[in-house]
Amino acid sequence: MKKIKYILQKEFIQIFRNKTMLPLIFGVPIIQLVVLVHAATLEMKSIDMYVVDKDLSSLSHKMVSKFEGSPFYNVSGVSFSIKEANEAIEKNQADFILQIPYGFERDLMRENSAQVQLLIDGINGTAASLINAYSTSVITDFNRNIIVDLTKMPQVKDLNPIAIETSYWYNPELNYKIYMLPGILVILVTIVSMFLAAMNIVREKEIGTIEQLNVTPIKKFEFIAGKLVPFLIIALFELAFGLAIGKIFFHIPMVGSIPLLFGFTVVYLLVVLGIGLFISTISSTQQQVMFIAFFFMLVFILMSGIFTPTESMPMWAQKVNIINPFYYFMRVIRMILLKGSGFWDISYEFFSLLIYAVVMLSLSVWRYRKVA
Amino acid sequence: MENFENIIEVKNLVKKFGSFVANDNLTFNVKRGEIFGFLGANGAGKTTAIKILSGLSFPTSGDVNVAGFDVYREREKVKKNIGYMSQKFSLYEDLTVRENIRFYGGIYGLSSKYIKEKTESLLERLKMTDIQDSLIKSLPLGWKQKIAFSVALFHEPKIVFLDEPTGGVDPITRRDFWEMIYETSDSGITVFVTTHYMDEAEYCDRVSIMDKGRIEGLDTPGELKKQFDAQNMDEVFIKIAR
Repeated sequence: MKKIKYILQKEFIQIFRNKTMLPLIFGVPIIQLVVLVHAATLEMKSIDMYVVDKDLSSLSHKMVSKFEGSPFYNVSGVSFSIKEANEAIEKNQADFILQIPYGFERDLMRENSAQVQLLIDGINGTAASLINAYSTSVITDFNRNIIVDLTKMPQVKDLNPIAIETSYWYNPELNYKIYMLPGILVILVTIVSMFLAAMNIVREKEIGTIEQLNVTPIKKFEFIAGKLVPFLIIALFELAFGLAIGKIFFHIPMVGSIPLLFGFTVVYLLVVLGIGLFISTISSTQQQVMFIAFFFMLVFILMSGIFTPTESMPMWAQKVNIINPFYYFMRVIRMILLKGSGFWDISYEFFSLLIYAVVMLSLSVWRYRKVA
Repeated sequence: MENFENIIEVKNLVKKFGSFVANDNLTFNVKRGEIFGFLGANGAGKTTAIKILSGLSFPTSGDVNVAGFDVYREREKVKKNIGYMSQKFSLYEDLTVRENIRFYGGIYGLSSKYIKEKTESLLERLKMTDIQDSLIKSLPLGWKQKIAFSVALFHEPKIVFLDEPTGGVDPITRRDFWEMIYETSDSGITVFVTTHYMDEAEYCDRVSIMDKGRIEGLDTPGELKKQFDAQNMDEVFIKIAR
C-alpha cells in the first residue's frame, strides 16, 4: 500500500509538470462543451427554400409569404423554371423547392382542392424529414385559414374537434442543449481517462523505465492501482468541472442526486480505465494506442445513443451495445440529471458496468506481464 | 544454498524465441563479491541472459539460481536482492534527481525516513547536493549514468546487473564509473556487467565471452589471454568471434 503512495506521488508530479497536460485538462472541456453543445444541434433554423410559383395568384403569394414570415425559412431564390430550381439544389443553395402549379388558385376555388409540390434534398435524411414536417405544418396551418376565409364562417373556429395537448416531460422546451451536454460530458470524461492512462503506461514502455519497474518486487496490482487512480481522480474532477460549466452557461437541470452520479461514474471509469490499460498491454507504441483507442471510441460513441435513440437501432446493434460502456453512461447521466432517477432506476446499468469493470480489470491485470 | 561461494548458479540455460536459440545451453557460476564481465558481440545473447537472471524473462529450460533463489519459483525474492541498470536509460527525465531516488526507494518498500537519510549521504558522496532539484533531462549523460547506478544500488542488493552501463560516454567518465564499480565490489556486492569495451574487460575479476548464444571462453582475463595465445582482450575477443 505504501508503494502505491509513491507511484501516485510520481504520477501527479509528472502530470502537473507536463506543459501540455494542464491546458488539456482545463481547456479542452470548456472548448468541447461550449462549442459542441451549440454546434451539435438537430434544430433546423434558416432552411433555404426555392420558390417556383407558376400561378402568381393572390393565394399563391399568401402561401409564400406564410413561409417567409416564419423564422425557420429563408427564401434563397425565385424562378418560373423548375430547371433553375434544380440547379440551386445541386449547388447547395437551396434545401427544398416549393412548386405551386399553374391554376392553383382556380382549382382551389372551383374544386375546393389544389396541389403544391415539395421537392426536398434528401441527402441528409434527418434534415429532410424535419423540413418535410415543418413545411407540412406551415401548409396545414395555411389550409385552415383558407377554409375560414373562403367559407366566411368565422364562427367555425375550431375545425379540429379533438384537441391534442402535448406536453414534453423533463425537457418541456425541447431544449437540445440540455440533451447534448450530458452526452458530450460522457465523451470528455472517457477521453481523459482512457487515452491518458493508456498513453502513460505505453510511454514508460517506450522510454524503457517500465523495465526498471519490472525488476523491482512491486506487485502487479500495486503498479496498476498506482497508474489508474490518478486518472480516475482527474476524470472525476473533469466531470465536476464540466457540470459546473453546464450549470453556469447552459443552466442544465440537475434533478437527481449528484453523489449518485459520481458513484456511478466511478464504476464507469473503472471499466474505461480497464479498457485503456488493456490497450496499453497489447501495444508497444503510443501510435498503436492512439489507433486502437480511436477506433473503439468512434464505434462506441456513434452507437452509444448520443445523437440517435438506441431503441431505434437494429436488434443486432442493440446487442452489440451490451459491451459498449458509453451506452450505459449516456443513458444514466441523462436519467439522473434530467429525470432525477434514483439508484433502483439505474440498477441494471450499475450492476452491468460493475461486472464489466471486474472483467476488464482482471483481463488487463492478467495480460500485464512483468516477465516476458 | 549449498555453495556459499556462488551467488549466481546457471546450469544448462536455454532460451528460444521461436526457432531462434538466443541462449544455447549456458552453464556458469558467479562468485560472491566478484566483478563478472559478460562479453559478446551484438546479438550474441548477453541481454537475453541478463534479463533472465534479473527476472525480466523466463528461461525456456535449465536451472537458474540467483542470490540463493530460483528464478522460476521465487522471482519476487530474487528481485528484492538484485539491482538492475539497463542499457536503455532508466531514470525519469521529467523528475528531479531527488524525486527519482525517492520514487525507486519507495517502490522497494523502504521507509521514508530511511530514504531521506540515505538520499542525503548519497548526494554528498556523488557531489550532487547542488543539483538535487534539477530535472534529470538537464544533466549530462555521464552524471545520469552515475545516478542510475546509485539508484540501482539504493536498496542494498546482493548483486547488481549492469547492461552496457558505459555506452556512449567519454573515457574520463568511464574511468569514474569503473571507480564506482570497484567501490561497490569492495563493499561486498557482486557486480555482473556487460560491455563492448575490451579495456573494461581487463578490469573484471573473471570474464565470459559469448558468441552466437554460447559461452566460448570463461576465466580471468590473464588466463584467457594465455589460453587463446593473445596479447590483450581485444585479440581474445576477435579470435572467439571469428
